[in-house]
Amino acid sequence: MTAKIHIHDLSFTYPDGTQALRHINLDIQPQQLFVLFGPSRSGKSTLLRLLNRLSDLLPDTQRSGDILLDGADIFARSVNVFELRRRVSMVFAIPTPLPGSIYDNLVYGLRMAGIRDQATLDERAETSLRQAALWDEVKDRLQDSAFALSGGQKQRLCLARSLALRPEIILLDNPTSGLDPISTAQVEQSLYKLKQQYTIIMVPHSVQQAARVGDQVAFLLDGEVIEVGDQSRIFVNPQDQRTEDYVTGRFG
Amino acid sequence: MTRQQSQKVATVLVTAVAIIVILPIFLVLVYIFAQGWSALSWEFFTQPPRNGMTEGGLLPAILGTLFLTLGTAVASIPLGIGAAIYLAEYAPNNRLTRLIRLAIVNLAGIPSIVYGLFGLGAFVLFLNFGTSILAGSLTLGLMTLPVIISTAEEAILSVPSEFRIVSLSLGATRWQTIRNQVLPHALPGILTGIILGLSRAAGETAPILFTVAAFYLPELPKSIFDQTMALPYHLYVISTQVPGMPLQIQYGTALVLLLIVLTLTLVATVVRTIMRRRRQW
Repeated sequence: MTAKIHIHDLSFTYPDGTQALRHINLDIQPQQLFVLFGPSRSGKSTLLRLLNRLSDLLPDTQRSGDILLDGADIFARSVNVFELRRRVSMVFAIPTPLPGSIYDNLVYGLRMAGIRDQATLDERAETSLRQAALWDEVKDRLQDSAFALSGGQKQRLCLARSLALRPEIILLDNPTSGLDPISTAQVEQSLYKLKQQYTIIMVPHSVQQAARVGDQVAFLLDGEVIEVGDQSRIFVNPQDQRTEDYVTGRFG
Repeated sequence: MTRQQSQKVATVLVTAVAIIVILPIFLVLVYIFAQGWSALSWEFFTQPPRNGMTEGGLLPAILGTLFLTLGTAVASIPLGIGAAIYLAEYAPNNRLTRLIRLAIVNLAGIPSIVYGLFGLGAFVLFLNFGTSILAGSLTLGLMTLPVIISTAEEAILSVPSEFRIVSLSLGATRWQTIRNQVLPHALPGILTGIILGLSRAAGETAPILFTVAAFYLPELPKSIFDQTMALPYHLYVISTQVPGMPLQIQYGTALVLLLIVLTLTLVATVVRTIMRRRRQW
């Protein structure tokens, strides 16, 4: 199986001189849920932001190494970054609906991509809401403000908003950070179905969540990949002492 | 003094200061209203001045001020908002940006009479617009620019950055993000700056002194290259240049100017409130 994403010798430094990533090498397979876990400031979020080039927004950063998506360099000059962000979509830790209705939120990315056909927009809105397990709760009030939803509903709306773009890859940056256990379970349930169709890369809320949802997992520490492999192996039989110490709760 | 006592003293003090701030505005309004009220009549609003301006109405001056305010809006709003968008969203932190900011701060500090002289030199004479509504509007527009730019920039910067990042992460371009997320959110704040700037421009005398204002011109202007009367200058003229002017007309004129500016502010405030309410959160 060829990797969906191939990361080769990737390093990244912030304007203040902090080196967030050091020589990262990773292969991420399609139709899997890939988990990046590790203590805070280990570089997980930075790596996610590089994958759809949201990192471009910060001036004066330094990057070396490559990220290949289906074999093509995402930092190449010829790449349309707006197209890339539709292919590699991001859901943030704090659910942030845009001002406007639930429906407006769902079709925002599509409208920005120039899709005006009402039937297409309606179809995508419904499909993505179903995929995010939100359809039954909001189908009768799509024109209501997105801010009236509960925290868990907002996060599933943000997930649906990304799905409406039919991305190939979904990046999830700690998507359940503010959610109660029931909402968290709902989101995880959705992810379980979604990974059959999409490649999902997720920064989990906790080590426990990493073990629960991950197929492949990578343990990051101080901007380096310490260990990567099948979820079952990493959590049951870690090769590196630091991985073992972290997953057993000796530090973190 | 105990903490509770000092708390009480502080409350009384700041309340007193706040009241002292309202007092002069209140007094000016009451005084002008009381003195000028009796001058107001249908004729006062619909007739040109007659008989050495001691009788008749203010129609050419009222319309002149409205035209000039409109001209100022056309000259300053697109430029001001454009510059604010550039500064808030695009400008890199470099020497050019610092130069632009320095220029705006200095523009705000220039006395209005200097704007008048600049308008005379640049628009009336050099660009050969003559003493005209065009020259006057451009001069007033220039004076209004820094107010609009700084308030609009402030309003744009106050838009939560999450909205920008989410919009960009959904594949929107930078301009789409500004157009669909940033500007709608900043609009009420931008409008505040426009109100402030325009209502100040409507009442200015010095910038229009050499560039547009006519001493006495009973006909209405026919194009933007014509002169016009304007309320602030008219008020200056009838208060200082015309002997034997009835006091009632002077205060009446002041009252009309005040009413126009207040109406402008009121309409814009209502529009802003409606816009804020319409925005779904």
